Amino acid sequence: MLFMAGSILEFVMNEPLNANETMNIQSPVTLSSLVWKRFKRHRLALASVVVLAMMAILVFSASLTPYTSTEQNPTNKYATPSVEHWFGTDELGRDVFTRILYGGQISLAVGFFSTVISLTLGIVVGALSGYYGGWIDNVLMRITDTFLIMPVVFVLILFSALLRELPALADFRSSVWLVIIAISAFAWMWPSRIARGLFLVLREREFVSASRALGASDARLIFLRILPNCIGPLLVSATLQMAYAIITESGLSYLGFGIQPPTPSWGNILESAQVHVYRAPWLAIFPGLMIFITVICINFIGDGLRDAFDPYVVHEK
Amino acid sequence: MLTYIARRLLQSIPIMFLLSVFLFGLVRLMPGGPLAQAERNPNVSPEQLSLMRVRLGLDQPLPIQYIKWMKAFVLEGDWGYSIKFRKPVSEMIWDRLPATLLLFGVSFLVTLLIAIPVGVYSAIKPYSLFDNIITTLSFAGQSVPVYWFGLILILVFYLKLQNPFGDGPMFPAGSMYTIGKEDDVMDLLWHMVLPVIATSVGWVAWYSRFLRSSMRDILNEDFIRTARAKGLSARMVYFKHALRNALLPLVTMMALDLPTVFGGAVFIETIFSWPGMGRLFWDAARGRDYPVLLASVMIQAALILLFNLLADVIYGWLDPRIRYE
Repeated sequence: MLFMAGSILEFVMNEPLNANETMNIQSPVTLSSLVWKRFKRHRLALASVVVLAMMAILVFSASLTPYTSTEQNPTNKYATPSVEHWFGTDELGRDVFTRILYGGQISLAVGFFSTVISLTLGIVVGALSGYYGGWIDNVLMRITDTFLIMPVVFVLILFSALLRELPALADFRSSVWLVIIAISAFAWMWPSRIARGLFLVLREREFVSASRALGASDARLIFLRILPNCIGPLLVSATLQMAYAIITESGLSYLGFGIQPPTPSWGNILESAQVHVYRAPWLAIFPGLMIFITVICINFIGDGLRDAFDPYVVHEK
Repeated sequence: MLTYIARRLLQSIPIMFLLSVFLFGLVRLMPGGPLAQAERNPNVSPEQLSLMRVRLGLDQPLPIQYIKWMKAFVLEGDWGYSIKFRKPVSEMIWDRLPATLLLFGVSFLVTLLIAIPVGVYSAIKPYSLFDNIITTLSFAGQSVPVYWFGLILILVFYLKLQNPFGDGPMFPAGSMYTIGKEDDVMDLLWHMVLPVIATSVGWVAWYSRFLRSSMRDILNEDFIRTARAKGLSARMVYFKHALRNALLPLVTMMALDLPTVFGGAVFIETIFSWPGMGRLFWDAARGRDYPVLLASVMIQAALILLFNLLADVIYGWLDPRIRYE
């Protein structure tokens, strides 16, 4: 996981932006520079990186607005969008723009951490399954199949309702982590399937046999030899997981089983707006628009990464 | 073929077993279990509580409880009693299932009618203006949260636009019938327009993309070149030779997506107050009506397994190269 986070940063940030147009023969061509070069050709993906970065900066500078997410103003309810209140105010006179920024912090954090957890879990299960095969593979894949046939939203509602009623978790009843754990618990199957498929193929390759012949341990082969070669498909899978996690968090919160008010998230802002939608449509439009923009950017980045890592893609004009 | 189906059904037993143990454990983890409601009720004396516990078999060890529950569930069709409505759960689910199947069946048809031509045309003319527009739109369609899109549809077609043929809004914002018109098919269709659009948008986006890429793969195959070389018309090549093969992976894909389809039902039916399974589940979850929740997840998982099997059977029937031994 750390390795992957490192290499995302590496190829997003360390690469000089304009130096690799003319690839120098002396300088070694690394995977990250090659991927970055191909990624840049996908203009929508590149634009999405910029939009997402701006979104993150905006959301995490929420404290700079003159309002707070809970400050009420009974004399200014249902104000239409204006210079003072960019996205208007809600039924309690709270500034919607500020609330959406704070909600964005939660929604993006849930998306990020759910991705990290579900991807890690999925990779571990898939790696063990694909690397060892045999009965380990059989048991792990039956469990994966069981999770795959679950009607996810239904099980998530059930699961998150139950988690909240457990006496042992009473202190965390309104914790964001509860939602992150619930989402991750039912999202690891897809990356696990991908990782298993990759491990099944790669474990037979010569460089792995060579390493094994040199006496490398299983752990070394799994994490240092095979895993780094799975980076492309797993990164693409990470973008899918992230888009899924953000949509699911908002959806759960929208149904009342995710992030609990007063903690704002895009989903529960949308949920509370629903009742007032006839009177103040902007309350419903903006939070959903934020979810939409975030998810479409993540999907474009995923598409860009898929092309960038695929050696067979020919760019047609 | 029959042995294949029998074997697949046998294989699904351990999956259903794992799932049921998991769900059973999950619900029993709850403090008080099924009696939580009664325990909070001050009118129920401790003696009555212990009597209820014995009657429901809650005093027995968990594995025995599980076996009894499974036996009743599978063999006797007894899916428990709703705590909230005091009705058998099976009755409630059979009441609601047709509405869900109707809504999603129609959405499914609409999806196919749009996604197939769009996907084929995109594949025939890749990177054309049409294809580029469709590509961008399909990213949008895959990324839009269905609950928000539903709300926007209501805003536009219920609040803003008037019905050109009469009074009132263009399309209704919720429920399945106008009161007093329960048997009117046109009225039902009118109520279905918005929920069907909301459901289909994501599907069309996803399946048209999927068809485009599988169609593009097929068009590079040798037999397509042969068909062209024989002098067949473009229409024959595209629709008779290519599309038939390109539709095969789509069948599998759709079956695999079924769990998410049921998930979408919760959102669509909640927004449009559609009286189906999703809405029932949501109401039950809010009222902590665990027997209803348990039974609906079990039934849906069984349906999903069944449809997966069905997809494989159809696949074998569509593609004679596949032999099920």
